[in-house]
Amino acid sequence: MAAGEELTLSSHIQHHLTNAKMCTVDGSVAFNKACSEAGFWTWHVDTLAWSIGLGLLFLWIFRSAAKKATTGVPGKFQCFIEMVVEMVATNVKDTYHGKSKLIAPLALTIFVWVFLMNLMDLIPVDFLPAFAGWVGATGFGMDSHDVYMKIVPTTDVNLTAALAIGVFILMIGYSIRIKGVLGFIKELTLHPFSSKSVPLQIILIPANLILETIALVAKPFSLALRLFGNLYAGEMIFILIGAIGLAQLPLHFIWAAFHILVIVLQAFVFMMLTIVYLSMASSDNH
Amino acid sequence: MNLNATLIGELIAFAVFVLFCMKFVWPPLINAIEARQKKIADGLAASDRAEKDLALAQDKAKDQLKEAKAQAAEIIEQAKKREAKMIDEAVHKANAERENILAIGRAELEAERNRLREELRKQVAALAVAGAEKILQRSIDEAAHSDILEKLVQEL
Repeated sequence: MAAGEELTLSSHIQHHLTNAKMCTVDGSVAFNKACSEAGFWTWHVDTLAWSIGLGLLFLWIFRSAAKKATTGVPGKFQCFIEMVVEMVATNVKDTYHGKSKLIAPLALTIFVWVFLMNLMDLIPVDFLPAFAGWVGATGFGMDSHDVYMKIVPTTDVNLTAALAIGVFILMIGYSIRIKGVLGFIKELTLHPFSSKSVPLQIILIPANLILETIALVAKPFSLALRLFGNLYAGEMIFILIGAIGLAQLPLHFIWAAFHILVIVLQAFVFMMLTIVYLSMASSDNH
Repeated sequence: MNLNATLIGELIAFAVFVLFCMKFVWPPLINAIEARQKKIADGLAASDRAEKDLALAQDKAKDQLKEAKAQAAEIIEQAKKREAKMIDEAVHKANAERENILAIGRAELEAERNRLREELRKQVAALAVAGAEKILQRSIDEAAHSDILEKLVQEL
């Protein structure tokens, strides 16, 4: 924190909850506060860096296990990786009854990637931002208060929305692939209110369309906001606990212990709901 | 809630991660798991089969042992019967032999006795003739008196 600058609790929290931004202003690259006018074409570099880094970590760990995978007696590392893979495979098999080469790896990617990103929440909240501030101040001569570093990518709604939109695209894709365009449209218009008489059915179509569209769109919204909300709130409480001095130690421990549950559960819920939504999208009987 | 270009970046990253996972991570792992599961299932089935085979073999061995015991008992029984029969036969034979020998002995004795008697009779006859000669002081015409002598010999 810059000397002389008044450090209030709200500015501290604000600082923690602000992403590092990057954008182009008048053809040159600009950062953070200079990006306040950039609008949509702003990049959260911390979110991108941490999430892609953790995604690569996930792929590297699992790829190295996959390369060494033996059908004989597995080592401890392979056992652990296989435990995760088998957990995902079992859930997919129990929930998704069609044949798909995509669902299981998708579920695995979501589970492990989201888990790793959530796990960043357990790193004490000031460590990495303070380190980044120190690097920015000593290495680049910046005011350390102008260096932003939000290390939990799942507390950025851009990331959770990206995941949800990815799943949403797959839902629509699966719907159309399994039921055809006409089947998908029928599903949106002929349920839940249906009638045997054609004129009455035509009258019911708008109501059905509104209800079904809301039901469809609510799925990615709930996916994105559930993960974001849980992790954002958790992060917020970590920041508040971190701001109360020495008393934070027991409180931090309790909240972190509880949060271990939350981060695994949220990763699992996201994975499970993805499988369920895709299973619903590819099942014909409405 | 400030959605921005990060969303697009994350969407691309997400797609790339999922595709990579689908191509290079998931298949080898799940194949290894399934291959091992199959191996274990095969192993368990084989051990089940072996257990059954063992039980079968044990049953067979037990049966064979029983049969062998029965056979042995039968052979012993037969041997005993044969032994008894042989002893019986031997006794019979021996008895017959004894009878035979005894009969021969008796016959020989009889013959000997007859011979001796005959000889004795002849000697007695001779003695009687000699005595009579002495008594009569004359010789007896053997030819003339042979009938008397014969008669005498018969009476002896």
